[in-house]
Amino acid sequence: MKSEKELEEIFEKKLANNEFIEPKDWMPEKYRQHLIRQISQHAHSEVVGMLPEGNWITRAPSLRAKLVLLAKVQDEGGHGLYLYSAAETLGISREEMLEALHTGKAKYSSIFNYPTLTWADIGAIGWLVDGAAIMNQVMLQRTSYGPYSRAMIRICKEESFHQRQGYEIMMRLALGTPEQKQMAQDALNRWWYPTLMMFGPPDSESPHSADAIKWRIKRETNDQLRQKFVNQTVPQAEFIGLKVPDPNLKWNEEKKGYDFTPPDWNEFWRVIKGDGPCNKERLSARIKAHQEGQWVRDAAAAYAKKHSKEMIVS
Amino acid sequence: MNTNKDNQGTLWEVFLQKKSGQPFIHAGSIHAFDKEMALQNARDTYTRRGEATVVWVVPSHCIVSSTPEDIGSFFDPANDKIYRHPTFYNIPDAIKNM
Repeated sequence: MKSEKELEEIFEKKLANNEFIEPKDWMPEKYRQHLIRQISQHAHSEVVGMLPEGNWITRAPSLRAKLVLLAKVQDEGGHGLYLYSAAETLGISREEMLEALHTGKAKYSSIFNYPTLTWADIGAIGWLVDGAAIMNQVMLQRTSYGPYSRAMIRICKEESFHQRQGYEIMMRLALGTPEQKQMAQDALNRWWYPTLMMFGPPDSESPHSADAIKWRIKRETNDQLRQKFVNQTVPQAEFIGLKVPDPNLKWNEEKKGYDFTPPDWNEFWRVIKGDGPCNKERLSARIKAHQEGQWVRDAAAAYAKKHSKEMIVS
Repeated sequence: MNTNKDNQGTLWEVFLQKKSGQPFIHAGSIHAFDKEMALQNARDTYTRRGEATVVWVVPSHCIVSSTPEDIGSFFDPANDKIYRHPTFYNIPDAIKNM
């Protein structure tokens, strides 16, 4: 038997060598808890993220748009499942995770507490929100926990379509009638700052950042990712004639990036603590869906019990 | 044996074969209450873009695994047998097709 100190040394050495930590490997309890929190909240975000977009499935402007949106929302459900599975390898059950979401103990990305008022919002979500998510998830493909990394690789493969379909919606509107262009601009105006918030609080105020970097769960800080996102997105807005709603946005040749106005962090903390435009609506929709599925789970469990003899699974 | 504390069914591991002739590769896991549901859930979760032509599902508790702690002793029998590799043998450059 190895002592805790020896086990910790092996763990640290693996991290230093860019090796992955797998479910059966010894890991510090704090690392496990950090991952459970991060992965389950990531999963919740995928699932709650289906709600603002689901809002427009029945009102998509064409059959093509409707098929695309359905496929995208279905992907988000799948992404939630990959991530719940990854979190389960750390010893938490799916039921416990759902319980934490439904009682408000676990968070989800605060971006989904904003409403989708027009069709252009569906474009803005795909382009900006999925764009920001991809930036974060590309980094997480090399996260130190094996099952999380594998889920991220799978998700990144699928996510690229989400961003492209969103940009296509924005492009069509921006190049359409003046009213359509205005609709696209309005969506950009409303989603820009909430999207910048998605990367989390500034590094100076981020409670979990130091651990995440130390354990190679994250490889880039919130502020680094936010800067990268702005640099990448501004030219995409300019290309279709839309204006990023920031009077202080300016290219800075020295840092080879844009200077930009940070989001309102008071708003960020307010929305996280439950006081966003749609927090109550989102959570009650999730709880309702879960409760209404109860009879299905009960029926499946009763069926499994009745047939347990003939099944290898019991 | 259902080790889940919840009522979400048994945990299954999913393996996909992309094309015939290729190996089955682990894709991830799902929950299901029986074999048929396991196959359907695996299909819906892991093959939305032609990732597979055949799917295997296996109850997770049926998989037997070596443990990371045993890595040394478990694989030791193979570690010192470099003569199992072709590069162990010196063959003159003039010899072709070998």
